[in-house]
Amino acid sequence: MIPLLLILIPVVSAILTFFLKNGNAAKNWALIASTATLIFGLYALCPACKLTFDAAWLPLLGSRFSLSLDGLSKMLVLLTAISFPVVFASTYNNDYKQSNAFYGLMLLTQAGLMGVFLASDCLLFYFFWELALIPVYFLCSIWGGEKRIAVTFKFFVYTFVGSLLMLIGILYLYFLTPDHSFAIKSFYALKLSASQQNVAFWLFFIAFAIKMPIFPLHTWQPDAYEQSPTAVTMILSGVMVKMGIYAVIRWLIPIFPLATVKYADIIIIASVIGMIYASLIAIRQDDVKRLVAYSSIAHIGLMSAVLFSLKTIGWNGVMIQMFNHGINVIGLWIVADAIEQKLGTRKFSELGGLAQKAPVLAILLVVLAFANVALPLTNAFVGEFLMFNGLFQYNFWIAGVAGISIILGAVYTLNMVQKIFYGQLAPATQNALEINGNVQFVLIILVVVIIGFGVYPQPMIDLTKHIHP
Amino acid sequence: MNAIILSALCGVVMMFSGILLKNKSAIKYVAIAALLVLILGNFLQFYGVYTIDIDSKGLLAFDRTGLFFNTIIFVATLVYFILSGSDMERVGPDVAEYFALIFFVLCGVTVLTSFNGLLMFFIGIEILSIPLYILTGSDKKNLKSNEASLKYFLMGSFSTGILLMGITLIYGATGSFGLQSTTMKSAITGFSSAGILAPVGLVLLFISMCFKVSAAPFHFWAPDVYDGAPSVFTSFMATIVKAAGFFAFIKLFAAKSADFGPGPAWQLILYIIIVATLLIGNITAVFQQSVKRMLAYSSIAQAGFMLFALYSTNEFTKDGILLYTAAYSFATIGIFSILTKMEDYSLDGFNGLSKSQPVLAFTNTVFFLSLSGIPLTAGFFAKYYMLASAIKGGGSLSLVIIAVLFAAVSVYYYFKVIQAIYFKEGVAATNTPITSNFKVALIVLAAIIIILGIYPTALLGFYYF
Repeated sequence: MIPLLLILIPVVSAILTFFLKNGNAAKNWALIASTATLIFGLYALCPACKLTFDAAWLPLLGSRFSLSLDGLSKMLVLLTAISFPVVFASTYNNDYKQSNAFYGLMLLTQAGLMGVFLASDCLLFYFFWELALIPVYFLCSIWGGEKRIAVTFKFFVYTFVGSLLMLIGILYLYFLTPDHSFAIKSFYALKLSASQQNVAFWLFFIAFAIKMPIFPLHTWQPDAYEQSPTAVTMILSGVMVKMGIYAVIRWLIPIFPLATVKYADIIIIASVIGMIYASLIAIRQDDVKRLVAYSSIAHIGLMSAVLFSLKTIGWNGVMIQMFNHGINVIGLWIVADAIEQKLGTRKFSELGGLAQKAPVLAILLVVLAFANVALPLTNAFVGEFLMFNGLFQYNFWIAGVAGISIILGAVYTLNMVQKIFYGQLAPATQNALEINGNVQFVLIILVVVIIGFGVYPQPMIDLTKHIHP
Repeated sequence: MNAIILSALCGVVMMFSGILLKNKSAIKYVAIAALLVLILGNFLQFYGVYTIDIDSKGLLAFDRTGLFFNTIIFVATLVYFILSGSDMERVGPDVAEYFALIFFVLCGVTVLTSFNGLLMFFIGIEILSIPLYILTGSDKKNLKSNEASLKYFLMGSFSTGILLMGITLIYGATGSFGLQSTTMKSAITGFSSAGILAPVGLVLLFISMCFKVSAAPFHFWAPDVYDGAPSVFTSFMATIVKAAGFFAFIKLFAAKSADFGPGPAWQLILYIIIVATLLIGNITAVFQQSVKRMLAYSSIAQAGFMLFALYSTNEFTKDGILLYTAAYSFATIGIFSILTKMEDYSLDGFNGLSKSQPVLAFTNTVFFLSLSGIPLTAGFFAKYYMLASAIKGGGSLSLVIIAVLFAAVSVYYYFKVIQAIYFKEGVAATNTPITSNFKVALIVLAAIIIILGIYPTALLGFYYF
C-alpha cells in the first residue's frame, strides 16, 4: 500500500491544487501534501513493511499496475520525497502568477518521478517516465526566463525522441517474452542473443543518456537549467537526471549484459570526455546557474562512467552519490535563488563581498561548496571515494583522467565562493540583507544531512546492498 | 442491416425536416435524435437483435468488428453534431440538407463495414463519396469552396474510374466479385496462375484506395480540399470519412489474411507508401502558418500511421484501427469545433487563448497532446497498437523507427499551437460567443480522451466482452 500512496498523494493533491483559487492556499497545500509524502517516504525505509503493490491495469496487453521498493528505489524515493518540501519551503517567498497551476504541475511531476522509481512493469515505467516530463515542459515554458519557449521545446523534443525510441525497445522485448508480459521479472528472464541485445540496448540507452545527460547528448541541459524557474531547476538537476542513472541500473544493464560489456568502453570514454569538458566550461562561467548546470553534467558523467565499469563497489558509490548529489545540488540552487531574489543578478562579476552582509548564508554555502567538491566529512566524499575505487579497478588511466575533474571541480566551486562572498564589496551587494528565515531553515537541514551522512554513511551503504526488485 | 436501412431513412427524414421545421436549432435536435436511434439500432444488432432483416444473398456480411466500428463512427458523429452542429448554420441556409447528406455518408460507411464482395464495396464507396462533393462546395459564394469541390469531384471520379477498372479486371480473371475465391489469393501472392489481369486489377484497387485515404503519392487533392471546404465539413471529412475509408481498405486487403498472408512484395510497397506518406504529411505540416492547413497535412501524416494496420495483420491490427479511429476522430473533431469558432485561423490567432478562454485552451491542448501521441491520452495507445502490430509481425524495425521519428516531428507542429495558446501574449478572439453547453461538451470529450489514455480497456472491453 505504501508505494501506491507515494504516487497517489501527489496526484490527488495536484488535482485539488488546480481548483484552489487562492495562490497562498495552493502554496500551503502543496507544502502540506509534499510533507505528507515525505512522511510516507521515511516510513517506507522500515525493513519490515510490505513494499509491493500490484493491480490489474491492461489485461489485453499484459501490463499490470505493479510497484515495488528495494534499496535502490528507496534511496531515490527518499530523495524525491525530501526534495519537494525542501523546494517548496525554500521558495516560499517567491510569487508565481497562477500559482495554483504552478504547484499543481509541480506535484504532478513528483508523482511521475515517484512512479519511475517505483514501477516494476515496463509499460508503467514508460508512462511515468512521460508523466514526469510533460508537467515540466509546461512549468518551464510558462514560468521560465526570457528564451524559455525555444529552450524548453528543445529539451522536450530531445527527451521525447529518446522516450519514443525506448518505447520501440520495450515493445521489441515484450514480443520476445514467452508470456507476453511487461513485468520486470519477465524482462530479466529473457535470454537475448548478442545481436538482439546490440539493437535494443541502444534504443533504451539513448533515452537514458539524453535524460542524464551524457556527452554529446547534453546540449539541452545548460540552457534548460538557466531558463527554468529555479524551483523547477532544483527538481530537474536534483532528481530528474537521476531517472537516467536509475533506469540504467534497473533496466538497461540487467536486461542487456552482453551489449553492456561490449559498449562499456565507448560509453565510459564519452562520459569522461563530458566530465572534463563540462568542468572546463564551468570554470569560464560568469553565471551561478550555468556554473551549477555544468558542474552537474560533470558529476553525472562520473556516475555514468562508474556504472559502466561494472564494479560492485563503484555501484554502491553511484547509488549513494545519486542521493547526495541531489541534496547538494538542491542546496546550491537554493543559494543561487536566494542571491538572485535578493540582489536581482546571478553574475559573479556584479557580486562580491557578500559574506560581510550575509554571514550565515556564507557559512552555509561554504559547506555546500565543500560537499560539491567531495571534501571528507561531507556526504559526497564517501560516494566519490567508492566510485573512484570502482573506476580505478576498471582502468587506471581512465580513473586518472576522471580524477582531473575533481581538481577542476575544486577550481570552479571555490572560485565561485570567492567571487561572490569575499573580496571588495560590489555595488550590487552594498545593500544586501541576510537571507530569510525559511531559506536558512532549509539550508541548515540540508547541511545537517550533508555532515550527518558524511560522518556516518553506514545506513546508506546498507541500503545499497539490497537491489533486487 | 439495421444501421444501413436506418441511416438511409434518417437521411430522408432530415430532408423533409427542412421543409417542415423553420427553426434551425430544432433541425439540429432532430438530427441528434435520429442519430441516437441509429446508434440504438446498431447496438441492438451488435448484441444479436435484428429489427430489420433483409436477405442480401451473401452480398453483405455483418461481423462484430464492423458493427463495433459503426458504433465508434456514429458516436464520433454524435460528438460532431453536438460540438459543430450550430456551426453548420453559419455555412448556408440549407442546414437540413447538410444533415441529410451526412446521414447518407453514414449509410455509405455502414455498407463499407459490411460488404462481402467487390460490388457492394464499390457501391459503398460511391454512397460515401458523392455527398462529400456536395458538402465541400456547400459554401456556394466562396470561390475556394467551389474550387475545392470541383477538384475533389474530378479527382474523385477519376479514382472511382480506376477502382471500377480494377474491379472489372479482377472479375474478368476470377469470374466472381467475392473476396474469398482462391484466384484472388493467387492474385495477391504472385503473378502465376491467374495471369496478368488479376494482379493488375488488384494494383488498380490499391491505388484508388490510397487515393481515398490520401496516402502519398496520391494525396495531392487532400490539402486543397480540406482547406477549401467549410471548416465544419473538413472536420467530418478528415476524421469519420477517412477512418471509414481505412476500414474498408483494411477489410478488403487484410481481413482475409488467413487465406493469403502479406508477402514480401506487398510489404515493400506498403513500406514505401508509409514512409512517403509520413514524410510528406509531416514535413509539409511543419511549414504551415494556417492551423487549418496544418491539420490537413497532419491528417495525411496520421494516415501514414493508420497504414501500419495494413502493413502487418495480426490481432493488434483490429484493436489498433478501432482505437486509432476513436482517438484520432475525437481529438480532431474537438480541435475543428474550436477552430471554426476562432476569428483567425493562423497560428497567431491562437495567441493568448489561455487568458481569454481557459476551457477552450485546456481542452484544445488535450486534443493536440492526443494527436501527438503523448501518454495518458488516447492517442498514445492508438500509436502504441500500430507500432506493436508492426513489431509483432516481425516487420522491419527500421520502419518503426522512422515512424517514431516522424511522430517526434509531428510534436513540433502540434506544440506550436500549444505554445501559442499558453506561452504567447495576445488576444485570441472568437467569432461567436462560446456557450457553456459547448464548454461542457468539450470537457466531456477531453475527459473521454484521457480516460481512454489511461484505461483503453474501457473501449476495447465493449468489443471483446
